[in-house]
Amino acid sequence: MSEVVGKKSSLVWAVHLSVVLLVAAWVFPTVGLFVSSFRTGDQIASSGWWSALSTQERQNPAIRISGDEVERDGMFVIEGDLFENSSVSVSAWGTSSRETEAYGPGDVADLGDGETLVLSEEGRFVLSGPESFEGERLPRIFSTVSSPPDFTLENYRNVLFSSTAAAGIGKSFINTLTVSIPATIIPILIAAFAAYALAWMDFPGRALLIAAVVGLLVVPLQLALIPLLQLHNDIGIGKGYLGTWLAHTGFGLPLAIYLLRNYMVGLPKDIIENARVDGATDFQIFVKIVLPLSFPALASFAIFQFLWTWNDLLVALVFLGTDDDTLVLTGRLVNLLGSRGGQWEILATSAFVSIAIPLIVFFSMQRYLVRGLLAGSVK
Amino acid sequence: MHPALQGIITIILGVGGCVGYFYFSNQILDKVIFPARGENMGRNINRANMVRPWLFLFPALFALGLYLAYPVVATLWLSLTDRDAGGAFVGFANYSAMMDEPKFWEALRNNFLWLLIVPAMSTAFGLLAAQLTDRIRWGSIAKSMVFMPMAISFVGASVIWKLIYDTRPEGQDQIGVLNAIWVWMGGEPQTWLTIIPWNNFLLMVVLIWIQTGFAMVILSAALRGIPEETVEAAIIDGANPFQIFFKIKVPQIMGTIVVVWTTITLVVLKVFDIVLAMTNGQWETQVLANYMYDKMFRSFDWGVGSAAAMVIMLLVLPILIWNVHNVRKELK
Repeated sequence: MSEVVGKKSSLVWAVHLSVVLLVAAWVFPTVGLFVSSFRTGDQIASSGWWSALSTQERQNPAIRISGDEVERDGMFVIEGDLFENSSVSVSAWGTSSRETEAYGPGDVADLGDGETLVLSEEGRFVLSGPESFEGERLPRIFSTVSSPPDFTLENYRNVLFSSTAAAGIGKSFINTLTVSIPATIIPILIAAFAAYALAWMDFPGRALLIAAVVGLLVVPLQLALIPLLQLHNDIGIGKGYLGTWLAHTGFGLPLAIYLLRNYMVGLPKDIIENARVDGATDFQIFVKIVLPLSFPALASFAIFQFLWTWNDLLVALVFLGTDDDTLVLTGRLVNLLGSRGGQWEILATSAFVSIAIPLIVFFSMQRYLVRGLLAGSVK
Repeated sequence: MHPALQGIITIILGVGGCVGYFYFSNQILDKVIFPARGENMGRNINRANMVRPWLFLFPALFALGLYLAYPVVATLWLSLTDRDAGGAFVGFANYSAMMDEPKFWEALRNNFLWLLIVPAMSTAFGLLAAQLTDRIRWGSIAKSMVFMPMAISFVGASVIWKLIYDTRPEGQDQIGVLNAIWVWMGGEPQTWLTIIPWNNFLLMVVLIWIQTGFAMVILSAALRGIPEETVEAAIIDGANPFQIFFKIKVPQIMGTIVVVWTTITLVVLKVFDIVLAMTNGQWETQVLANYMYDKMFRSFDWGVGSAAAMVIMLLVLPILIWNVHNVRKELK
């Protein structure tokens, strides 16, 4: 059919263009966060992230010059760089808030009493006068500069390794990892055995059990919160990692059983029946034949469960708690949104740290994820 | 003990325990209880095979019962009792208390808005994306990009979209895209998330953005499963591409569209993180799941919280029954 459409080239162009627009619209938000995480707080607050990709002209607030005074040819001179560590080019500057663009780069400003000030295009200033500046308030410079794209890794250093400013994202990262890995691995075996029984063993009540699993698949976990928290308190687990792992295991099981059963039912009947005839027990058939053959389904579920436990907020808040020690990444982000809603450099970087691992998993194992989705959506 | 170490030990214990349980319980069944030898050999083998499925199922059934089935009953009970009165039965008092709260009705109204809009938009965009990307060579890359938000947590997505909705005072450069465009078109900067009732739609956009990829993946597989002959016949009969799409393809994948729609509906009913992170239910954006969380864990009113949870359950129930019905039909 595509050949027929191919003849109508205007339609083909329309399709390409629509897909480009669609993809752009879907990627744009994430790119915004990504770019922002490499900008300084001042940059984020003063201009949109999309302008960070090209050379930008902006007005700087007043900077009071400072530096050590040297005596040269009978004049007292203070030299320095107005914008340390960043390469900008000055297009206009001034020394009073009323005339912020009074001079061009390289112009000499007369400050009275024989004092002069020069600001070069690169931002180097030279202040000179016949008398010492000691004890005097040095002049302020207002500048209009254009700066090339300028990115920094400082935010990541700050967020991941500093203990003060970024409020423990590094620690939360470990917490999230601690929650999600056991919570991914433990349900797999439990579910696999059950799925085998539901797929290949014949016993009364099997259809009923499969229907029950499908029913539990959609039970909102909201209902489980209070009763399980009570239960955990009663049996002495309380709030903690163990309770969180158990909760994730319980909530993940219906999908795991459902996915794996659907897959196992599709395995070739001959292999399993031949093995039975040869005298293999169900346990042997499961371990030696079904489990290895089910690897794609196991991988699908593992990816689902990992993404779900990594990205989860509710279960972690309820079963792990909101203490600073045990807060997971998503919980930390919610707190940051409240307390540092304006500090986009910390927020953007933290958010990107939290979504980096799921994105890596997603892009490297997309095939299994798609396969799982196709098998898992209730038909 | 460090939690990470604890985690490793739990993995070993959990996996080892599972393997051990399955291995030894099978061994005991075959060697001790119903040994496959002696005069009762035939009977014993049959009996062992009757018991074995339940050995395989037991851990899963136990966990499902304890972590999903029991809580449904327990929550129902909690919603009918008063925690402050030592758990005394109070009938529907919690429900009527909840219905006296305007916040509950606001949450219910918003949930219905979400239910109407998010599944519809996600499915529509997903279908569009599936149909368009199936026809072009770089379609799989395009699909990955639209699918990507699926991997991002609701909280992460909230941060991403909060940057888009950000507001700076008038006169400054806007750092949020929405305001930047708005100001460029001649408007004044708006604090979008406080504008009732449009803020609700801005929150929905986040979920639509996440769920479209899911809809696209499923629908794209369904589109590819359509028999070529039907499409070819339509072409020969002179149908244009739009007719082929709406009259030939869409009717054939209607079943899948319903599945996608209901799956997204389930996500919408439980939506919590997005509202919590972006507005926390202020400015009339409350939804049921966040209302429930508020009641349970901020005001510690378990009765009303459980009542709200039961309302969510009630809304899920039709889908639950429908799914179970379908699976039973399939198994017969």
